[in-house]
Amino acid sequence: MENPNYPLNVWYAAAWDVEVKRSLLPRTICNKPVVLYRKQDGTPVALADACWHRLLPLSMGELHGDNVICGYHGLEFDDTGRCVYMPSQDTINPSACVKSYPIVERHRFIWVWMGDPALADPALVPDLHWNKDPEWASDGKYIHAKCDYRLVVDNLMDLTHETYVHGSSIGNRAVAEAPFECTHTDKTATVTRWMLDIDAPPFWRGQLGKPGNVDRWQIINFEAPSTIAIDVGVAPTGTGAPQGDRSQGVNGMVLNTMTPETDKTCHYFWAFARNYKIDEQARTHNLREGVYAIFGEDEIILEAQQKAIDANPDHVIYNLNIDAGSMWARRLIDRMIAEETAMRSAAE
Amino acid sequence: MSDIRAVADDVRRIAFAVEGSLPRFDPGSHTNVRVEIGGQAANRTYTVVPSAPSEIAVAVKLHPQSRGGSRYMWGLEPGQPVRLTVPENRFELSFRTDHYLLLAGGIGITPIYGMAKALTARNCSLRVVYAARTRGLMAFTDELTELLGDRLVLRDNSVGEHIDLAAEFANLPPDAECYLCGPIGMLEAAKAAWAAAGRSTSRLRYEVFGDSGLFAEEAFTVDVLNRDISVSVRPDQTLLEALTSAGVQMIFDCQRGECGLCAVKVVETSATIDHRDVFLSAEEKSHGDRLCACVSRLAGGRALIDVGYRPD
Repeated sequence: MENPNYPLNVWYAAAWDVEVKRSLLPRTICNKPVVLYRKQDGTPVALADACWHRLLPLSMGELHGDNVICGYHGLEFDDTGRCVYMPSQDTINPSACVKSYPIVERHRFIWVWMGDPALADPALVPDLHWNKDPEWASDGKYIHAKCDYRLVVDNLMDLTHETYVHGSSIGNRAVAEAPFECTHTDKTATVTRWMLDIDAPPFWRGQLGKPGNVDRWQIINFEAPSTIAIDVGVAPTGTGAPQGDRSQGVNGMVLNTMTPETDKTCHYFWAFARNYKIDEQARTHNLREGVYAIFGEDEIILEAQQKAIDANPDHVIYNLNIDAGSMWARRLIDRMIAEETAMRSAAE
Repeated sequence: MSDIRAVADDVRRIAFAVEGSLPRFDPGSHTNVRVEIGGQAANRTYTVVPSAPSEIAVAVKLHPQSRGGSRYMWGLEPGQPVRLTVPENRFELSFRTDHYLLLAGGIGITPIYGMAKALTARNCSLRVVYAARTRGLMAFTDELTELLGDRLVLRDNSVGEHIDLAAEFANLPPDAECYLCGPIGMLEAAKAAWAAAGRSTSRLRYEVFGDSGLFAEEAFTVDVLNRDISVSVRPDQTLLEALTSAGVQMIFDCQRGECGLCAVKVVETSATIDHRDVFLSAEEKSHGDRLCACVSRLAGGRALIDVGYRPD
């Protein structure tokens, strides 16, 4: 069997917190159908979305207390996937189980672990704390992206594309012209770009609300395999932002985490967090919708790119200097997949 | 086959070096081994036990009434090629609690050993209680002692030691889980004690091999209602095998006494039914009017059974 293009022993965002309710939500994650719901006490549950008996998706059944009842023959499974009722018999077949996946609710997302449950340590949930931090105002949306999740990683690891894809909002020549620095650790990669003494693009001019040239920063923080927190902002030139004093500027965090759905589609969860004017709910709303419109421009590009890749399966991809960040990201992803493959073959 | 060694008086650990890479498998998994019995190929299911990487190991008890499976396994020579399936799991650990009680009886230690290893690695609160008829029949005691220290308790029936189920269950926190693998009598007792302790049925997990009853295997005879057939069942044969060999059409599936598809009605009998399944409830078993043909049998004697056949 060909190796998958994603690691399994990681936490993947399965849904926004508000998507998972007292009802059955089907979602495919890493090519596996999963059903998500909340128990009566609010804690989330993730079960394999296929009845043990005849494989009907459990999401077509109904929630009964903390249990799921299959919509075909009424087999009932508890929140750990164990069958607790079988029709027309007094006992329950001890083999009757559906897989239950480790699950954690954090940073306003529901995270699931599709790999070895013994390794599912909640401390490994990617850091997106800005999404639920009293010092920040944040909100975001979900995009069903019709591409390999790694194409979204590529997109976010190099923001040169802003100049061409998002020219009317956040892009300008400066992004494509400014030099950048790329660093990495064993699990992270960082691309830092400072654009000094430039004319602010329309979006940032509006957020700053001040005239004059600005120093603009974009610090892209990648955490393998698919979480990217981008520290962005502008401050009036000469107020010391490059030296560390951002007090005169405005600062946002673009939070992104992608979850493989299939080999060629993914769930893309994003949010925009800011640490200025955080009590302005209308601003939160408008920023979310504004970013959604901007990301809609990326969606078109990514879907078209996936189609082109599919149409040219043997094509060798060329890389540019600007691709250092995405190449480091892919190196770290490949390393995780290789380690898992080695672990599987050495499994005891 | 790469290695064979005795791990108890009647148990041998048999390891297989695997060609190519192995997918990950969890404790409690089993593999189906192609064995040869009297020149005929058959499949036998064995739980996998902890082993070196790129190896699959099983522990095989030599059954006195072996139909030939365990005898074949014991007779394997190093280097001999053997076909076995990629391990699968139907007795999975949940990892949903921090407190585990593992109970093993006899050869039932095989899945419990792997589970103890996985739970130790995870630093869960853990207690393993292992009972057998004699100390010599306990397998992997050195490995388990090293792994568990005083979290391992051995109960040697021959010196009057038994598992005090009520006390074991009373000491557990409410969210604890119990995993049991052992003979049917031990399971029935544990189920009753678990229910008496007011604990959730889904937190008692078990596997039985369907090969142990309250009586030794004896030959018995059944007459099939509406068919002019009498079937003699040898001690080394199941009722289901004997019926199908005699041309009686049967529906069956798991062959482990779990699904209930092969259950037949007992119309009349003078003999005692040796229930070895987990499909019928204790109450249903006490009625003595049904039995699961794949694993359960008569303790000798004769019965008239109804397999559902109705003449036109």
